Amino acid sequence: MKTLYDKLWEAHVVRSEADGTSLLYIDRHLVHEVTSPQAFEGLRLAGRKPWRIGANLATPDHNVPTQDRDKGITDPVARLQVETLDKNCQEFGITEFEMDDIRQGIVHVVSPEEGATLPGMTLVCGDSHTATHGALGALAFGIGTSEVEHVLATQCLIQKKSKNMLIKLEGKLGQGVDAKDLVLAIIGEIGTAGGTGYAIEFAGEAIRDLSVEGRMTVCNMTIEAGARVGLVAADDTTIEYVKGRPYAPECETWDRAVEAWKDLHSDEGAQFDRVVTIDATQIQPQMTWGTSPEMVVPVTGRVPDPAQEPDPVKADGMRRALEYMGLEAGTPCSAIRPDVVFIGSCTNSRIEDLRDAAAVAKGRRVADTIKQALVVPGSGLVKQQAEEEGLDKIFIEAGFEWRDPGCSMCLAMNADRLEPGERCASTSNRNFEGRQGAGGRTHLVGPAMAAAAAVTGHFIDVRSL
Amino acid sequence: MDAFKKFTGIVAPLDRSNVDTDAIIPKQFLKSIKRTGFGPNLFDEWRYLDRGEPGIDCSGRPLNMDFVLNNARYQGAQVLLARDNFGCGSSREHAPWALEDYGFRVIIAPSFADIFFNNCFKNGLLPIVLQSEIMDKLFQMAVTDQALELTVDLEAQTISLPDGESISFEVGEFRKHCLLNGLDDIGLTLQHVDAIKSYEARQQQAAPWLFTQ
Repeated sequence: MKTLYDKLWEAHVVRSEADGTSLLYIDRHLVHEVTSPQAFEGLRLAGRKPWRIGANLATPDHNVPTQDRDKGITDPVARLQVETLDKNCQEFGITEFEMDDIRQGIVHVVSPEEGATLPGMTLVCGDSHTATHGALGALAFGIGTSEVEHVLATQCLIQKKSKNMLIKLEGKLGQGVDAKDLVLAIIGEIGTAGGTGYAIEFAGEAIRDLSVEGRMTVCNMTIEAGARVGLVAADDTTIEYVKGRPYAPECETWDRAVEAWKDLHSDEGAQFDRVVTIDATQIQPQMTWGTSPEMVVPVTGRVPDPAQEPDPVKADGMRRALEYMGLEAGTPCSAIRPDVVFIGSCTNSRIEDLRDAAAVAKGRRVADTIKQALVVPGSGLVKQQAEEEGLDKIFIEAGFEWRDPGCSMCLAMNADRLEPGERCASTSNRNFEGRQGAGGRTHLVGPAMAAAAAVTGHFIDVRSL
Repeated sequence: MDAFKKFTGIVAPLDRSNVDTDAIIPKQFLKSIKRTGFGPNLFDEWRYLDRGEPGIDCSGRPLNMDFVLNNARYQGAQVLLARDNFGCGSSREHAPWALEDYGFRVIIAPSFADIFFNNCFKNGLLPIVLQSEIMDKLFQMAVTDQALELTVDLEAQTISLPDGESISFEVGEFRKHCLLNGLDDIGLTLQHVDAIKSYEARQQQAAPWLFTQ
């Protein structure tokens, strides 16, 4: 009896050392401009070539501008980095969706969209949000630049197996509660280091009910709970999602693949090192109040009081967070007013996210107190589809800015960033100090909640609109 | 990568938990296409009072004197004491590059984030996990003693205190071997070219869809 993680791991072990250190074969490697230049340079210096060129897929995302693309990248340092990716991909023959390609976008949106992420694969990328791809029953995790070079050169990684954790979501999510609320609630429950050392499989009715895009939102934030790997068993929803995508197998190979994917679940009675059961019916729309994703409360609640926290190190962290966030304990969440709204990032920039946000924005206006409300689609193809559905018009009429695809204000490497002290309702994944710009204050929420905050000028339970 | 040798170094205490890699090296410095030169921007937002940008000379920037690394007694520190979940968040290897470039060789914490922990070993940086009670004692000593110095011996897996007390620590056999010998992972893996090729050949038969381009 094996867990899904056990199965994926064992199917990819090339060899093992006595202490369990294993050489793991990597099927797919995603490349972007920030964590790859030093790896390509390393290859060149050692006179090495990529082991299997076709396993790699590249696109620039972190640094790209989200407006005035025809003017190119004005920041010379960022431009050099994107040009370096272009040059490296050309030199080594790696497929790249360049900035002017309709398929360009955030790597974690682009790869599943292209069918380049398949169930049963091992997939890595020099980015911690690579866990996203686990939503399709793939073993996917983030790596550093040395490992990027290692995968390029050998198609393998030296790894030690993680422990198994099962997070079981029992029952159905309530009306108006989405995948983001679900994963934020999980992080609130197990903590930002709760998953350290584990591969987490998400299971249960509430997970099965999610679309593949919703599952991606959940797996995406696994790293925010400390685990490198997040997984959802492959099922009919997964297979339906993959079918017909450009990189997906066809004809006979498709049939064989589907047959193999049917085994991509944990066996009945498989042993997990830790099991967490959560009642999904009780999950409310969530928002973070502090500077770690675990600092999260239902939007109907209040900012917690460090005086009530028994652990002194934790209480100290809470005090520091309150100070940084410019908040007082006991403040109702609905009294918190953002200056900026950001809808985008590898967590929440897919078509369903944009539909959810547009449904709230439709027929409403962004509040006068909001300085800027950005909608940044996850890829050129998401943008195109949204425009076909008329979502861009809904956003623009409501007073949102409709941008080009990229990571944008999630990490503020491009021009989209918060000014010191500015408060943001953000659909991204990290509320760390300075993450969205030095001194910026981030509140993480789902796309409908972000749109609701934009149109009312304060955080609000989207169900009450 | 240089081989990791026994050394005695000054200890700097960073007394907060969940220190993320965005704090260790903020995003604007990630635009560099080099792997060196990040040391002056280590903990940039905590260390300086102004906003740091790539390419700016840091020697004239206003320092935040409340930040631990700006305290005179910790100058030249090679050992960093930290709290739980050090290095969480982004996978950026720029974080260990910045710590190493600054001069750190060892980070001691009750727990580390997985990706950061792994990245350290690729850069000659040794992350050591010690129990919270021992950590509390070390923090106490680093604050009260005049520039606490520790001796770290990876071969023996011990940390020696000035009073002669010795604390042992765990480290994976393979990682220890690589650090002690300054071994390049890629070189090691390429010793197994045949194993990789035969695995690949088997998989191409068993699961050809994994090889679509």
